[in-house]
Amino acid sequence: MELRPILSTLRRHKLTASLLVLQVAFTCAIVCNVVFMVVQRVQRVSVPTGIAEAELSIIHSSGFAGDDNPQARHATDLAALRAIPGVRSAVALSYALPLDHSDSSYGVCPDAASMQRAMQQRSGEGTGCLQPSMFDGTAGLIGTLGLRLVAGRDFTPDDFVIGDAHKPAVAIISQALAQRLYPGQQPLGKTLYLGDATIRVVGVVARLLRPSLRTPAVDGDSMIWPQKPDRPAVTYVLRSAPADRARILREGRAALLAASPNRLVNPERMETYDQMRARFFRRDTTMIGLLVAAGLGLLFVTVLGIAGLASFWVQQRTRTIGIRRAIGATRGDILRYFHTENGLIVGAGCLLGMVLALVLNLGLLHFYEVQRMPLFYLPFGALLLGMLGQGAVLTPALRAARVSPVVATRSV
Amino acid sequence: MFGYYLDLAVCSLRRNPILTGLMVLAIGLGIGASMTMITVLHVMTNDPLPGRSAHLYTPHLDPLPLDYSRGSDSPDPSDNLTWPDAMALLQAKRAVRQAAMAGGTMLVRPAQAGLQPFYAAGRYATADIFAMFGLRFEYGGGWSAADDAAGTHVAVLSDTMARKLFGRTDAVGLAAHLGEQDYRVIGVVEEWAPAPQFYADNTGSQYSDTDTYFLPLSVAVANDLPVNGNQSGWGRDEAQSGKRGAAESWLQYWVQLDTPAQVAGYRQYLVNYSAQQKALGRFERPPTNAALYSLMGWLTHLNLVPNDVQLQLWLALGFLFVCMLNIVALLLAKFLRRGGEISVRRALGARRRDIFLQLGVESALIGVAGGALGLVIAQLGLWSVRHRQDDYARLAQMDSSMLAGTFALAVLASVLAGLLPAWRACRITPALQLKAQ
Repeated sequence: MELRPILSTLRRHKLTASLLVLQVAFTCAIVCNVVFMVVQRVQRVSVPTGIAEAELSIIHSSGFAGDDNPQARHATDLAALRAIPGVRSAVALSYALPLDHSDSSYGVCPDAASMQRAMQQRSGEGTGCLQPSMFDGTAGLIGTLGLRLVAGRDFTPDDFVIGDAHKPAVAIISQALAQRLYPGQQPLGKTLYLGDATIRVVGVVARLLRPSLRTPAVDGDSMIWPQKPDRPAVTYVLRSAPADRARILREGRAALLAASPNRLVNPERMETYDQMRARFFRRDTTMIGLLVAAGLGLLFVTVLGIAGLASFWVQQRTRTIGIRRAIGATRGDILRYFHTENGLIVGAGCLLGMVLALVLNLGLLHFYEVQRMPLFYLPFGALLLGMLGQGAVLTPALRAARVSPVVATRSV
Repeated sequence: MFGYYLDLAVCSLRRNPILTGLMVLAIGLGIGASMTMITVLHVMTNDPLPGRSAHLYTPHLDPLPLDYSRGSDSPDPSDNLTWPDAMALLQAKRAVRQAAMAGGTMLVRPAQAGLQPFYAAGRYATADIFAMFGLRFEYGGGWSAADDAAGTHVAVLSDTMARKLFGRTDAVGLAAHLGEQDYRVIGVVEEWAPAPQFYADNTGSQYSDTDTYFLPLSVAVANDLPVNGNQSGWGRDEAQSGKRGAAESWLQYWVQLDTPAQVAGYRQYLVNYSAQQKALGRFERPPTNAALYSLMGWLTHLNLVPNDVQLQLWLALGFLFVCMLNIVALLLAKFLRRGGEISVRRALGARRRDIFLQLGVESALIGVAGGALGLVIAQLGLWSVRHRQDDYARLAQMDSSMLAGTFALAVLASVLAGLLPAWRACRITPALQLKAQ
């Protein structure tokens, strides 16, 4: 295909063509970044928690202070909850569950020397000490949450302490925490140093996500203590078949109020785990929706722009096309002409757009928590726009190809 | 002449309805998306207390030890004041009005039979808060500085809270059961919900919380009532002084200063106070770290607008920009294609200015139609924002100024978009075009 006539035509429409190039460039730049941000958010939203999400229901209960003995209360409540048909197991915990925002973390050191250093410099930075999140609960927590024990043992009844007055003697930690605290070593039997207390590791679970997310590198740092909640406010977690959850929540509330009416079981604070997870990520899901809508909107407008301009040009050049046809150009030649012209414009736009995309990404990196965009997004975005451009120009080009050579002989 | 141009424009636009529709759609989408986000930003950065905000200031001290370092995610303890500092500032009375305060959530048990207990948020404060923030009393009044000092169990309720507790608003003299104690109601205030809740601790949800009761701060401290928000301690608290500790910040503090001289004087007072505390060995950092923020300055400092919302605004503006480029290109092609018609008009004596005006009217017409469409799209957008679960969602409403702004932006955008094409078209030389035909 001869490029020269196309270039000389474009030179006559310098302003219009460069506007289209700019539009394609900005669309390419924004769409590349939008796709990148969508992928990032989708990764964030689909993070695994390590628990049997689809089978868990959660009920919060807060007793009015000063009424009764929390241990007896929790035992009665759990018995009442376990009696509901369909409930496979039930545990009580203080508040911490993956993605429920209620994080309590402790400075934990792998050995006594690093703890000394951390205490001297008043921070754990560079000492090998970490800040894992702590999960507590009554016996059966591992089984009820559906955690996978990959090494060691579950807690025995003797392990449990009541409330947070004293630290327990043993703990189960997540594999991520084990690998970060004791790289390359067997974590079982190792000792965790927490201020004045020491805790022995007796088990490792495959994964347990923290109550609130920080960075992916530390989001799996968790430990479970055999510590029974000892406050009037408590969270009950029930495991059942997914289909039973709505009924179990309803009956669970009734059972708790029947066991003791002197408490608050807020209907707004009882939900399935899936609902809680959706709430945690609702800003991200909103953002994903908006990003996708904006990306599609941009592509739509740009495709319209390309098609609109092409059809203008076809109308404007009807006579020229007729002359070309009369002196021997085939329909295919005309079709190719418009496709090549579009390819040149969109190609130039995409080249400029890839540079702009990087600049935009650097700007976002600087001002917002957006990561550096891997380079492969650029050709992907350019290819997408190139294909859309060729598609958009097809109809006007076909119309141009249908122009009869007779047009050349008619005066306008 | 204008009417004639309008006729011409309508004629020209109707000649190619699909293309006109596309242009209107493009500008409508761009304007709609932008105005949705601009409105959200507008309501989030609104002045929460118009008329009073200019005289309200919040002082800040830096009592942190030199070697204190905080994590990047943790809140700044020096955003709040410690009890001894707040009390010292309060007793110095260097401002027209001043009040220390903190938020709390307590279980409330209605006096009416058959109603379930519920949790409600309120504020512990010193006496000046009502006059300083301009709360209006429906019944009764606030407490006095003497009540603050004595720790009297009195309460001021909001209108809604009085209704919920007693079934009526004239609740003065009745006993309200908040938390574990009874308080004598001495006043009922009109609903008061500035958004954002500028005076609250900045770690809470500032667009949805309202205070439903007010208690004297000294009562909260004496009874160790639960406090919301960021309570950061540093150093060891050997005396076990709890909320009264000198190394734990949890209080918000606001002052009213009416003249620039008072503001400058108060700023100097804060530096002097810090220097004095440093001389006593309590503060370690430079006294010039002490700061006095105006209300709007404090909101800027807090940066309440979430990053996501800012990103959404940029996205919407980027979208509008691409839409504008699109319209410029299409209008340019459209005007240039009418070269013949334009050169005939020019040859018949129309000045460049006339052509420019005629084409300008045509692009403004697209703008008006696009603006109308944009308004509809923006309302849809705001409707969807209101259905978000975020705490600012319910505020997403367009007021009349935003409504007019949307329309102005649409017309401005499309006239701007029409400028370049119209300018290019009015430079068409008559003779050449006529010859070519």
